[in-house]
Amino acid sequence: MDRNINVLIVDDYRTMLRIIRNLLKQLDFNNVDEATDGQEALAKLRAGNFGLIISDWNMAPMTGLDLLKEVRADARLRHIPFIMVTAESKTENVIAAKQAGVSNYIVKPFNAETLRDKIEKVLVHA
Amino acid sequence: MPDGAPRGPEEDRIEAAVRAVLGSLAGDLTAKEAALLAELEALGRTIARAKAEIAALAVDDITGAHIPSATDELDAIVEHTAQATNEILDCCETLERLEAEVPAAAAAVLQGAVTRIYEACSFQDITGQRIGKVVAALKAIEQRVEAAVANASGRGAPPPPPAAPRTEGEALANGPQLPGEATSQEEIDRLLASFD
Repeated sequence: MDRNINVLIVDDYRTMLRIIRNLLKQLDFNNVDEATDGQEALAKLRAGNFGLIISDWNMAPMTGLDLLKEVRADARLRHIPFIMVTAESKTENVIAAKQAGVSNYIVKPFNAETLRDKIEKVLVHA
Repeated sequence: MPDGAPRGPEEDRIEAAVRAVLGSLAGDLTAKEAALLAELEALGRTIARAKAEIAALAVDDITGAHIPSATDELDAIVEHTAQATNEILDCCETLERLEAEVPAAAAAVLQGAVTRIYEACSFQDITGQRIGKVVAALKAIEQRVEAAVANASGRGAPPPPPAAPRTEGEALANGPQLPGEATSQEEIDRLLASFD
């Protein structure tokens, strides 16, 4: 598993961005960039070279699900593993995300072990 | 409006309309029809009283002071918890920098404790989203009250309803579920595995 990849984390709560960045640092992922909504994330993804996306769902003006759909529709980005980390825990949310091509799904509040486990799973299969 | 209170123009209009109907039917009314008309008149008066009472609500207090004050207080809670969480995260980062300067066993204990604090700090996101849902509910109540008063008083068009979700992502953005209603990580893992 390559820990030198660029990781993009997307969340409208800056404290959550900081928490995930610090947890990633503990897992030796040090190349981390941030965005606070789907639109900003999409611009960064199109301008950069990312190997993993970790995104919240509930953001404006573009939600995480809509970002996921844009990523999967873009030939340059569609291969990037996409983990949804969200408080949206209804079955219909998980099904919609899966149908849109999510790589894995973490429900908030989560622990560091769950984050590590899901990252390892998606990067092994990437 | 209690019985015996001054009558408004709306009630006079209703009574005049009922009398006009009664006048046009004079001599032709059965007892049952007369009773029905009397009930209609009473119903009209009840509606007129309800409209007058709604129009007389101190709605400006609700929409101009109470709800904005409540939403400001809730916004302040989110801001203060964010500030406090950032202070805690500052301290965690300081502790993590110390890990390199202490024996390995102590560093491991230190990192374990810091990780637990990081995990716990996600409360700020969850509570912030819950408060956001309360603020949205308060704003919806404010709009409904304004609409009811505008309808009852004939004070012009009520405010438009909130915009409908534009995308599937927005339509499914409901925020955190209440304890007991949320799907657990284990259930989500099983659901995802069922697609493979």
